[in-house]
Amino acid sequence: MATFTLQVNGESKTVAVDSDTPLLYILRNDLELNGPKFGCGLAQCGACTVLVDGKPVRSCVATVTSVAKGRITTIEGLGTLDRLHPLQRAFIEEQACQCGYCGNGMVMSAKALLDRNPRPSDRDVKAALNGHLCRCASHNRIVRAVQRAAAEMRS
Amino acid sequence: MSATPPRGVSRRAFLETGALVVGFALAPRLARGQDRLPGSLNGNRRLDAWLRVDPNGTVTIFTGKIELGQGIGTALSQIAADELDVDLKRLDVVHGDTARTPDEGQTAGSLSVEQSGTALRFACAEARGILLTAAAVKLGVPAADLSVRDGTIGASGGGRVTYWDLAGDADLGREATAKATPKPPSEHTWVGKSVRRRDIPKKFTGGAVYVQDVRLPGMVFGRVVRPPSPGAELASVDEARVRSLPGVVAVVRDGSFLAVAAAREEQAIRAREALKQSARWKETESLPPSGDALYRDLMARPAPAQTVIEKTAPAAAAAVKTLDALYTRPYQCHGSIGPSCAVAQWQDGRLTVWTHSQGVFPLRGDLAKAFGVEAKDIRCIHAEGAGCYGHNGADDVALDAALLARATGGRPVKLQWMRDDEFMWEPYGSAMVMKLSGGIDAQGNVVAWSHEVWSHPHSTRPGSSSGVNLLAARHLARPSAPVLPADVPQPAGGSDRNAIPLYDFGSVKVVKHYVAQAPLRTSALRTLGGYANVFALESFVDELAAAAGADPVEFRLRHTTDPRARAVIEAAAQHASWKPGATGDGARGRGVAFARYKNLACYCAMVADVAVDRAWGRVRVTRVVAAVDAGQIVNPDGVVNQIEGGIIQSASWTLKESVRFDRTRVTTRSWVDYPIVRFDEVPEVEVVLLNRPSERFLGVGEGAHGPAAAAIANALAHATGRRLRALPFTAERVKQALA
Repeated sequence: MATFTLQVNGESKTVAVDSDTPLLYILRNDLELNGPKFGCGLAQCGACTVLVDGKPVRSCVATVTSVAKGRITTIEGLGTLDRLHPLQRAFIEEQACQCGYCGNGMVMSAKALLDRNPRPSDRDVKAALNGHLCRCASHNRIVRAVQRAAAEMRS
Repeated sequence: MSATPPRGVSRRAFLETGALVVGFALAPRLARGQDRLPGSLNGNRRLDAWLRVDPNGTVTIFTGKIELGQGIGTALSQIAADELDVDLKRLDVVHGDTARTPDEGQTAGSLSVEQSGTALRFACAEARGILLTAAAVKLGVPAADLSVRDGTIGASGGGRVTYWDLAGDADLGREATAKATPKPPSEHTWVGKSVRRRDIPKKFTGGAVYVQDVRLPGMVFGRVVRPPSPGAELASVDEARVRSLPGVVAVVRDGSFLAVAAAREEQAIRAREALKQSARWKETESLPPSGDALYRDLMARPAPAQTVIEKTAPAAAAAVKTLDALYTRPYQCHGSIGPSCAVAQWQDGRLTVWTHSQGVFPLRGDLAKAFGVEAKDIRCIHAEGAGCYGHNGADDVALDAALLARATGGRPVKLQWMRDDEFMWEPYGSAMVMKLSGGIDAQGNVVAWSHEVWSHPHSTRPGSSSGVNLLAARHLARPSAPVLPADVPQPAGGSDRNAIPLYDFGSVKVVKHYVAQAPLRTSALRTLGGYANVFALESFVDELAAAAGADPVEFRLRHTTDPRARAVIEAAAQHASWKPGATGDGARGRGVAFARYKNLACYCAMVADVAVDRAWGRVRVTRVVAAVDAGQIVNPDGVVNQIEGGIIQSASWTLKESVRFDRTRVTTRSWVDYPIVRFDEVPEVEVVLLNRPSERFLGVGEGAHGPAAAAIANALAHATGRRLRALPFTAERVKQALA
């Protein structure tokens, strides 16, 4: 075991774990963050996505060592029930899920997209989210939610 | 708050619910001479089983139906709020808890609004009457002079009292009569509105929503090591070495059941890997052949031919043209995004399980059988999982966790399956064969129709037989062999669900071959046999229409007298700007299909547009327009969400999905082996709702899947002139058909 001090949602968090521990288990179990989900453990589905220095990272395969120097943002760091981020508000407004298990990854990758492209086409949104799986098939609602958030963030 | 339980309520029930008014008592079963009550009220006949009015200004409704992302909690709260005249904000909903809620069996079959919604509607209407009677006494005025606004009862003369004041006086601890008349639709405030779902905000802000988010003091993490193949037995494993790995708390080996618990989740995953490496298994070839041989194998398995329906139309003219066609559907996965998970804890011989099972009561029954304890010593509490779409690993993982938790000295265990556990061991939707034949007369009308189906079971859930239908039970040293249930009977049907045509087809015969012993474990995947039967039936309708030289929409209407069926077909055609006689151009085409789910639930018709890349064989569904009649609609956006999701999920099944296996092992292990639709493949979807507020609720959760498959198949045939009858329509198959 080794000690790591991580920057998560603007706070310093110290954990003692093996150096090859995937970030996901630290976020979920040590820091008790529910946002990132275990979906496949293989970087195939995207449910575990978080941002590291603004870029989407699959936390189920990213080791703690690989992210130790980065700024980590989870969906909890975007906003809260009382102070929603425009993306969170838009996903709620558009009722953009059924079960919602994939929703964390959709929001986090959409955040990275809108940060680099505030005016994406639907095609851009689909391309940015194409590596994320949704089994309830809320895809069209998710695209609408991202566009709604983009419009709000531009105004 | 009174410290003594009300009369007739056990101290335990009182303490558990903390209710001022009443606790929960198990409802008596329907006794001889009792009246049949509406919906699930019939099996759970006490009003206090369904709702509780609290002095703090809230109402809690209790439902045995669980939230799985279909929005049932919201729809039920809309129904209850309208009957009670309270604001939605005052309502709390408790789902599926064997200690607190009614037993409504499984949350399945698109029945939750029909069963639980109907029960709550009548229970709340009656409760409102009881509260008004209590108010009348208190205010000294006739009940008829009272009106209610958000729980405040006012007399025309000026007196006021609230539900919350009356919580102690109005006794709901009584049998329901269902004599109170629910409100007419014109008086509804919430029903019929697209109220936003109560479960969504927490899902996008990191709230503790899912069973995966349950955290208990002292909790450890579990993983299971499944055999490498369905026919494998554990020969040896080095448990001692794995016990010495960092963090390992327990290793359980019982027959071929193998599981490990560790202090940290990643330690449990590493220990699982170590167990896998050291385990030696005896494997046997127990799986059927793949490809076309799979279907020959299925049809050759012994199963008596059972006639589902046979009717002859003596007046029908003789057929001048007859057709036959064979359609097939492979084994398909539920493919939940989140692998199955449960948290289990044993304390003083009693077991508590947090589970995303669709039926907490049936699960409790099978767990009791598996452990040889009484059901009262087990409590199953529902917490959401990832979408399940039927009977996936949710119940199985509850037994896994409970077996492992026996070895952790009372510490709770959270056990989640890994991705390959889910793909290899979830019960699949059965492979099926549908053999259709039909004849048309000189006027091009169908005068003879036959549908023969071969299938394995579509419901092997816990509670569906006298056995223990939980996976690990068959792997234990003293195994409980699963007892295979009978097929789900008509009128809903299982393997023959939706095999009986709703059209007027003259002489009709439907036969099923129910092959109970399945080489791969099968159970309920959304629609049971309905998806494949509608795919075959509605494909064959188009084949006969083509033989008759008729337009597919006109042909369907010609054979349909049910006005509600006609209305959805006409609405879908109209909104899609259907043009009779339009021909496909080799690359683009459109198809129509219709079904009434189970022949009992919602009516749904749709028009699908497809584009075919002939060189690569790639089929894209570009647009789907659907029309739905769900009777009285509680939440329009909820219905649209179900239909839209159903269409896209069905497009995924239809174009891409089949489980892979060799003669020994399932080889579908990850999403690479089991592709599903992605954003760049998803069609535009438009859903037209035909609301009928004066009609009863009709379930919609599975209404779209069958019609979507057939509409795509018909569109592909329309585009290319070639008909594909084997699911899924992979690029390879399409290229072969076009060659």
